Amino acid sequence: MHVTLTINDTKHSLDLDPRTTLLDAIRSHAGLTGTKKGCDHGQCGACTVMVNGRRINSCLSLAVMHDGDAVTTIEGLGTPEALSPLQAAFLETDGFQCGYCTPGQICSATAMLEEIRAGWPSHVSETLDGPALPTEAEIAERMSGNLCRCSAYPNIVAAIRLAAAEREDAA
Amino acid sequence: MRAFDYIRAGSCKDALAEAETPGTAFIAGGTNLLDLMKHEVMTPARLVDISRLDLRGITLTDAGLRVGALVSNSDLAADPLVRRHWPLLSRALLAGASGQLRNKATTGGNLLQRTRCYYFYDTAMPCNKREPGSGCAAIGGFNRIHAILGASEACIATHPSDMAVALRALSAEVELLAPGGGRRQVPLAAFYRLPGDTPHVETVLEPGEMIAAVLLPPAEGGRQIYRKVRDRASYAFALVSVAACLRMEQGRIAAAALAFGGLAHMPWRSADVEGTLIGEVPSAALFDRAADLLLAEAKGQGDNDFKIPLARRTLAAVLAEATAEDTEGDRA
Repeated sequence: MHVTLTINDTKHSLDLDPRTTLLDAIRSHAGLTGTKKGCDHGQCGACTVMVNGRRINSCLSLAVMHDGDAVTTIEGLGTPEALSPLQAAFLETDGFQCGYCTPGQICSATAMLEEIRAGWPSHVSETLDGPALPTEAEIAERMSGNLCRCSAYPNIVAAIRLAAAEREDAA
Repeated sequence: MRAFDYIRAGSCKDALAEAETPGTAFIAGGTNLLDLMKHEVMTPARLVDISRLDLRGITLTDAGLRVGALVSNSDLAADPLVRRHWPLLSRALLAGASGQLRNKATTGGNLLQRTRCYYFYDTAMPCNKREPGSGCAAIGGFNRIHAILGASEACIATHPSDMAVALRALSAEVELLAPGGGRRQVPLAAFYRLPGDTPHVETVLEPGEMIAAVLLPPAEGGRQIYRKVRDRASYAFALVSVAACLRMEQGRIAAAALAFGGLAHMPWRSADVEGTLIGEVPSAALFDRAADLLLAEAKGQGDNDFKIPLARRTLAAVLAEATAEDTEGDRA
């Protein structure tokens, strides 16, 4: 089937079997291998991308269902020369060991900080009417869909807190 | 994944017409269905994509709140009306899955998600739910997450949803569209079926019927609590959960609605439990009596025996919190 995806502002016209997941379309058909395949069952979060601004597991989604959608992957967040604030923060706090989960962690965290900014509550929020704050407990809860097999969690949380604080300072 | 034909529905009418062909499944968020298709636990020959249909509204009416079937779990949990008047529903949604999954999973799909029984997922093992008549490997097998109420000799699976447990306590109804153009409304209480000897038939949905909306009656004042007990602090299914809507008047329990997750093939609710609480002054002895009624017919399967005392203690903790005069908490 013919599918058009806008990935990181570039239009990709792809001819795909309906079974192709969004993850496989991104990696194997569009050739953007920054997004990783971990469990391929929505349990690890390595495949997290943003679709129309929202984070999802690209492994649990069919590419044909996203015809016309705008996808942002790790390649669209920053470049080695111009890192996104979260990418820079992960380097600053050493927020990884092997690095395999990192693209998913950074895509997830990028969208998660927008969810906090929009005032979405979480399971650990004391009240449902906010304000939502990027505390350690909130970040741990909101990032629970991203596993790190190396268990670099303390530095991942530190990176996200650093990026969130820098954004507050800039605002 | 087995091959399938993909059809994108342009309207509810189109979708319902397409669904008349046998072997067709609707797909919306797909977070559970695609996982099951990858395991070849579900092998639909045709997928009708309903994700672009106009079923995304959350509307306040005189009859209560109408939630379109395609409203995402994230949007429903964060909706200002839901947060203010039905905080139990927000809390239950936020206790389930992960941020990524909640962004994709829909209200209708959440209701229809399948059990996470290990043997249901393992196509090398017998399972009456996956393959009727093949047997149940969970009975006598590993059954730590399985049912203690309402199970049968054919199936001891539990329903995995948190949202449905809250909706059961909130006396929600489900609006269904039929292929012939019919529309009917079913209380959630009558929507799910116990396994009996047909555990593969999980709801009263007729072939081709589609969930259009979930309807919540107006919120009653009082305290609303969702307490979930699980193996890790986040992103895990409930071992036991309790959804409570409770109102106190002059030191006595004036109204109580309680639903339980992790215990049965469907969200569990007991009129006896609620009846024994209403009109009474809260006490540990009263909560114990309520637990006696809840668990009178409870049966452990070995690995899940712990759920019986765990359900008792979780109920007592929720009732203590809901009836305390000075605690913080979500109020409708």
